[in-house]
Amino acid sequence: MSGNLLERYQDDLYLVKGATGWSTVAALLAGLAALPFLLPKIGLGYLLFIAILMAANVIVAVGLNMLVGFTGLISLGHAGFVAIGAYASGLLAAKLGLPWYVAWIGAAAITAGFGFVVGLPALRLTGPYLAIATLGFGIAVYQVLVNWTALSGGRTGLPVQQLSFGIPGLTPTQQLYYVAVGAAVALSWIGYNLARSHVGRALAAIRDSDIAAEVTGVNLLWYKTLAFAISAAYAGIAGAIIAQALRHLEPQSFTFLESITYFAMIVIGGLGTVSGAIIGAVILTLLPHYLSGLKQWLPIVYGATIILMMMVEPRGIYGRWIRIKMYFKAWPL
Amino acid sequence: MTHLAQYLVGGLATGSLYALVALGVVLLYRSSRVLNFAHGDIATLGTFVAFTLIGRKLPFSLAVTGGLAAAALVGALFFFLVLRPAKEASLLGKIVLPLGLALVLSGIVQVVWGTDTLVFPFPLSDIRVYRFGQVVISETNLGTIIIGIVLMTLLYVLVQGTKVGLAMRAVAQSADAAQALGIPARRIYALTWGLAAALGGAAGVLLAPVVYLDPFMMLDPFLKGFAAAVMGGMDSLPGAVLGGFLLGIAESVFAGYVSFKFKTTMAFAVIILVLLVRPEGLLGRVYHRRV
Repeated sequence: MSGNLLERYQDDLYLVKGATGWSTVAALLAGLAALPFLLPKIGLGYLLFIAILMAANVIVAVGLNMLVGFTGLISLGHAGFVAIGAYASGLLAAKLGLPWYVAWIGAAAITAGFGFVVGLPALRLTGPYLAIATLGFGIAVYQVLVNWTALSGGRTGLPVQQLSFGIPGLTPTQQLYYVAVGAAVALSWIGYNLARSHVGRALAAIRDSDIAAEVTGVNLLWYKTLAFAISAAYAGIAGAIIAQALRHLEPQSFTFLESITYFAMIVIGGLGTVSGAIIGAVILTLLPHYLSGLKQWLPIVYGATIILMMMVEPRGIYGRWIRIKMYFKAWPL
Repeated sequence: MTHLAQYLVGGLATGSLYALVALGVVLLYRSSRVLNFAHGDIATLGTFVAFTLIGRKLPFSLAVTGGLAAAALVGALFFFLVLRPAKEASLLGKIVLPLGLALVLSGIVQVVWGTDTLVFPFPLSDIRVYRFGQVVISETNLGTIIIGIVLMTLLYVLVQGTKVGLAMRAVAQSADAAQALGIPARRIYALTWGLAAALGGAAGVLLAPVVYLDPFMMLDPFLKGFAAAVMGGMDSLPGAVLGGFLLGIAESVFAGYVSFKFKTTMAFAVIILVLLVRPEGLLGRVYHRRV
C-alpha cells in the first residue's frame, strides 16, 4: 500500500489522489462521453433519456446536500426550486428569445433569488419550523403554477421549444445529453471544491452548532442564505435540463412527492458528501425505471429503505463504502 | 355581514379538523421531539380500515372504532419497532424516520385499496341543512364542529385531569426523571403515539364525507394541521387548537372574499409570516438555547 503513503498534509487535501485516482476520473469521463454512441449499439438507446434525467437529479441532489448535509438546514420543498428553474428557463427562451445558455443562467439566477428569500426565514427558524416553512414554499409554488394559467399554461401544461445547443453532427437528444452531463460533472466538481474550501467548513460549522459557529466568526446571515441560494441555483439548472428533456411542463411534475424523492436521494446516498448525493441520485433514478412494473410498490420500497438506512447506516451508502475501505486499509489490524 | 358569518361557520368546521390534526402532531412533538410526517398517512390508513369494516356490514360506530384502533396500533408499533431502537437519532433522523413511514403507509394504502376515489358512507348528510337566522350550516359541518370540540375536551380532561395525563406530561418534560420516579416512560410514549394516531384517524373519518376517499386525501389537511401546530407553537396543546381554528377561519374568509384558488397559498404565506414575527409560534414558549 505504499502508493497511498501521504508525505505532506497538502497531499491529503487533493481532490483526486495519485495516478489511480486520476485514471479512475479519466475512465469515468470517457465512459460518460462514449455512452450516447455505445447505448444504441447494445439496443439500449432509450436509456439516454434516463441518463439525462439522472444528470438533472444528480445536480439537484448535490445542491440539496449542500443545504441539508453540509449546513444542516432542512428543505422539504426543493421541487419548488426545480419547478421555478424549469418554467423560468422555458419562458426566458420562448418569450425573450434568449440563447439557451443565457436562459439557463438566467433561470439559475432567478431560482437563486428565490433561494435567498426562502433562506431568510432560516435565520430564525430551525428544525420542524424550517421544515414546514420550506414545505409550504414547495406547495405554494405548485399551487401558483396550477392556478396562474397565464404563466404556466395551467394543468394542460406549457410546451417547451427545442433548444439548439449548436453541437454539429448529433441528434437533439445526444446534444442535450452532453450539455446535461457536462453540467452535472461541472457542478459536482464545484460542489467538491466548495465542500473543502472555507465556505464548506463554515457550512459544516453551522450544521454542528450555529451559535458556536457565530462566536468563531462565521457570518450566519451570509452563509445560511448563501447555502439556500447555491442549493436553489443547482435546482434551477436541473429544472432547465428537465424542461428540455420533457419538452412539456406541467405542475404535476413538481409535487411534494418529488421533494421527498430528492430528500430520499441524499439520505440513501449519504448526507454531507458530494459522492453520496451522486450515488443516491443515480440509484433513485434507475430504481423507478427498472421497477416500473411495480410502480405502486415504489413508495413502500423508498420508505422502507429510508427507515432502514437511518437505523443501520445514517451516513448512507457512501458512508458505508468509506467504512469498508477504511477496514481494508487497516487490515489485518 | 351574513356572508362573513357564513364564512366563519365554514371556517370553524375545517378549523376543527385542522385542530384535531394539529393536536396529534403537537402531542408527539411535545413528548418525543419527533416531527410526525406520517400523521396524515396513519390517519388515511385508519379511515380506509374503517371504510372496509363498514363494507363488511359492521355498524358505523364499531367500524370507526376499528379504524381508529388500527391507526393507534400503527402509531404504537412504529414507536416500538423503529423509533425506540433508533433512539439516538439525530434531529435529521427524527424527521427522516417518520417521512419513511409516511411513504410506506401511503404505498400500502395505494396497493391495498387502489388509487381510485371511493365514497365513504357517512351517517350525517351534507345536503340536510340547519338555519340559524340567515346563516346556513350543513349537518356534516355541524357534526364535525361538535365532534371536534368533544374530542378536544376529552383530550384536555385526559391530559390535565387524569393520572395517565400527569404521566404523559411528566415524560414530556423529562423522560429520564419520569422513569426514575417509576413512570413506565416507554409505555407512555407508545400510548402517546397511539392517542395521536387515533386523533388523526378521527380527523380522517370526519373529513371522508367531504372529500371522498383516496390515498392522498389527508395530504392537504395534514399539511394545514401541521402548519396550524407550528403556528400555535409546537409544544402547546391550546396553541394547536387556536392555530387550527385561526387557520380554518382565515382560509375560509380569504376564499370567500379574495380568491378560492389561492387559499392554500395564502395559508402557508400566513404561517411563514407568523413564524417570522414569532418563531416559537403564537402560544409556544421561548427557549433560550445554550451552546
